[in-house]
Amino acid sequence: MNAPNTPEQQAMLDRFVRQNKLFYGPDPAIMENHRIEARSALEERLLSAPVDAHKVNEVRGLITAALDESNTMIEQMGAAPGAKWGDMTTGIFTAAGDLSMIAPYGVGGFAAAVFYPIKFVNKYWTHEPSVGVHDGDGFIHNDARYGGIHNTDQSMMMPIFWNEKLVCWISATIHEGENGATEPGGMPAAAESKFDEGLKMSPFKVVEKFELKRDLVTFLQNSVRDPKLQLEDMKVRLHSCLRLRERVIKVLEEYGEEALIVTLRKNIEDVVEEVKRRIREMPDGTMRTMSFADSTLRESALLKLNMAITVQGDKLTVDMRGSSPELLNRSINACQASFKTMLYSGWMQNVWPDLPFTMAVFTPFDFIFDEKSIINGSFDTPQAMSLIPLFKTMTIASVPMAKFNYSLPVRYTAIVAPQYDQPATLIYGGLTQHAEFTGNFCADINGMGQGGRSHRDGEHSVSPPFAAHCDIGEIELMEEDLPLVRLGAFTLTKDRVGFGKQRSGMGYEQIHTFRGSAMWGYMTGCSGSLFPSSQPLFGGYSSPTYPLCKIKNTDVFEQLQKNPERVPFDIIKLMNEQPIEGAAYSTHPMAMTFELAAPGEIYMMCQGAGGGYGDVLQRDPASVMKDIEEDLISHDTAREIYKVVFDAASGVIDEVATAKARADERKARMKRGVPYDKFVKTWNTPEPPVNLPYMGCWGDDVSEVYGVMMGQRVKMSGAALQSQFMLNPKDVYIASLEAQVAAFKKAEAGAKAAGAKKKAAPAKKAKKK
Amino acid sequence: MKKVLITENLRIDLDTEKWECRSCEAELIGARENYKRGLLVHNRDPREIHKPLLDPAKYELTYAPNPDWCRILEYYCPKCGSMIETEYLPPGHPPIRDITLDIDALKAQWKDRPEVSVPPADKDTRQRIAHGGQRAARMFTGEEK
Repeated sequence: MNAPNTPEQQAMLDRFVRQNKLFYGPDPAIMENHRIEARSALEERLLSAPVDAHKVNEVRGLITAALDESNTMIEQMGAAPGAKWGDMTTGIFTAAGDLSMIAPYGVGGFAAAVFYPIKFVNKYWTHEPSVGVHDGDGFIHNDARYGGIHNTDQSMMMPIFWNEKLVCWISATIHEGENGATEPGGMPAAAESKFDEGLKMSPFKVVEKFELKRDLVTFLQNSVRDPKLQLEDMKVRLHSCLRLRERVIKVLEEYGEEALIVTLRKNIEDVVEEVKRRIREMPDGTMRTMSFADSTLRESALLKLNMAITVQGDKLTVDMRGSSPELLNRSINACQASFKTMLYSGWMQNVWPDLPFTMAVFTPFDFIFDEKSIINGSFDTPQAMSLIPLFKTMTIASVPMAKFNYSLPVRYTAIVAPQYDQPATLIYGGLTQHAEFTGNFCADINGMGQGGRSHRDGEHSVSPPFAAHCDIGEIELMEEDLPLVRLGAFTLTKDRVGFGKQRSGMGYEQIHTFRGSAMWGYMTGCSGSLFPSSQPLFGGYSSPTYPLCKIKNTDVFEQLQKNPERVPFDIIKLMNEQPIEGAAYSTHPMAMTFELAAPGEIYMMCQGAGGGYGDVLQRDPASVMKDIEEDLISHDTAREIYKVVFDAASGVIDEVATAKARADERKARMKRGVPYDKFVKTWNTPEPPVNLPYMGCWGDDVSEVYGVMMGQRVKMSGAALQSQFMLNPKDVYIASLEAQVAAFKKAEAGAKAAGAKKKAAPAKKAKKK
Repeated sequence: MKKVLITENLRIDLDTEKWECRSCEAELIGARENYKRGLLVHNRDPREIHKPLLDPAKYELTYAPNPDWCRILEYYCPKCGSMIETEYLPPGHPPIRDITLDIDALKAQWKDRPEVSVPPADKDTRQRIAHGGQRAARMFTGEEK
């Protein structure tokens, strides 16, 4: 047996390992820790002494104003479409990297993800002789595996030094879109490995002495389809950070280093204490929910997100076991840090919107994941379209938290049913009318309908689920830059609504075509065409499902020139009436990998509705009639769903007949309803239907999880998930065509044989005669 | 007798330890049980609610969910027919137990809380708290005057 190492030998060994690390990949110690760091010795000293609350308030006000100013700079100067709609933020962090404050109208999720790469830089680059962290440096990053939502978002992170000591970090982040991925626009559904995702920037230094390093900028420009965008927004992020730095330096000059450190730290510690108090006032128990995505973006499949939230005293545990296993060759995986960031973003929009926006909110939370699940994906999984599970992540907690919060004597916001939860927007790419290559996505992603609320209906097309203020953009501006033409823009989707006592807000129709480009195409990355996306609350109904509709083999501009009156700007009419002769009309799941289109061909989709709140029979009949007046629902919906009786011509409600219709419906429910225990005996099946490509646990039991491996169902232990590997959809299609050909050939051969037999039979007969 | 509102449609009577329907006040089942066991259930074809808007003769996808993938379980109060809950599930998926409460802890929590028979008035955001720190939070909730 070897003798143990002496302390000197061990120190030498440790030094050797430290100095010869093969690869600085994402560090699990950073990526799996969402909590704030322990106080530094200085923070401990400062916060153990009495704190001047007035001074903290003044410093906080100045920093908030500075964050607002720097965020506005991005909005005014940024070139990315996302920057024009509010898809960016600036933030300020403690020296250890904990997020303390964001810009008042920033997308908080960005900053709530950037603390991970800042902690990476602190841990690995500070003492690395070839890198180092110095005054005037700036670091760039986009790979979500090191912290982030998805790889379209690029961040600039800058340390601020005072008296040669690091006192805080600041950041600026923009959803850039294009990043050189296998499909234009930065969110490739076709990515089958992480190497199809385009730029994958681990945190590295791209600014020295407050200047961008042009050699590195050139490398990045050379790696994307839109080099102009890459340069311009790197400059924008840098100068936004520089302005923010200038303001923070002023605070340091005026109030001193200690006031800044106390303010940043106290902000997050106060939040932790307040969250513990809020958890304590909730009832102890467990609330469960689940949400289904019906697509991998390459094929239809039912993927489960399974959630159980348990509250006990001041502890809150989020248990995501039983969710779908990860997919090795599909892009819809997310890592656990991205999941936590987006759960947090949705939480701040729907549960506690009044709290200061700092990730410290989640410090009292515990999380439980299965390894290799779709929301705890391993390093090698492609994650370019993590938005599929992550958009659901933002809304899923609304249901269990509504059940925890409903009983409270005090509410911090309204109880709200889940918002629509899929990125229903067109992603485009190609050559613009200005002969420039581009790839990005439309602002419609920000127009999702809200869920119904305890006190009123949901808002229409109000925002994305990650930031209440984001806008849906100006069509005219888009049409100036791009060959896209919107035939139908913001018409609300009549009858496509989450019905309830308080109905959801609605989405709107998007009717796209293009002209003036020799090469232009689209992709969409969205689930919810077979299984509804938005969950309802307290007995309401969900959103409907939404298809992608196409009108191909035509040029609508020619039709508009010849017979403009025959082309309605309404998806339902266009598809049902098929007014353009000779065109090919079709519907598809809203998951389409990039395809080139011809000028004048039409692609149509809808932004979706949220979930409905409460029993439809409790909706005020007057509100139902108002929905008709506003053309949100049809007469049939009013009569058949809401059971309102009215005069079609005048719109006058027959109150007596309505009360009777509703009473009759309640009686009918009691007649058709089956007692629960009896119902589950015939309803429950031991496993998912054979023909359903199902991924996740079946029922409450998370110990067994279903998945798909090369087209075959597999059952696995929840504690040891296996990565799924999907067949190439084209191979599946070819196999189905080959099977059809074989069947035709067999039938043909059978028919020939039967014909020959028939022919031979009379001859035999004649011979006999 | 103290009752605690748990959802828009359900409450718990802490003395009798029963789930109750808030519409008709009927007792449903013991509060330590899965409340769904006190209700009626109907397996609804989702196309009856989310009706096809595109012509099913022309298109496979019509804005209506696929009934082979999705069903709606509607839960009714057996006494008044109010719809207490809905659940969207793939066919045969066991319904989930969405609410499990520690009734003893609930009783202890509400021992000194005044009963709330009408949900607190909702506002979009309660700005009054204004990040005023822990004392302001306690004043806001009435824990401190």
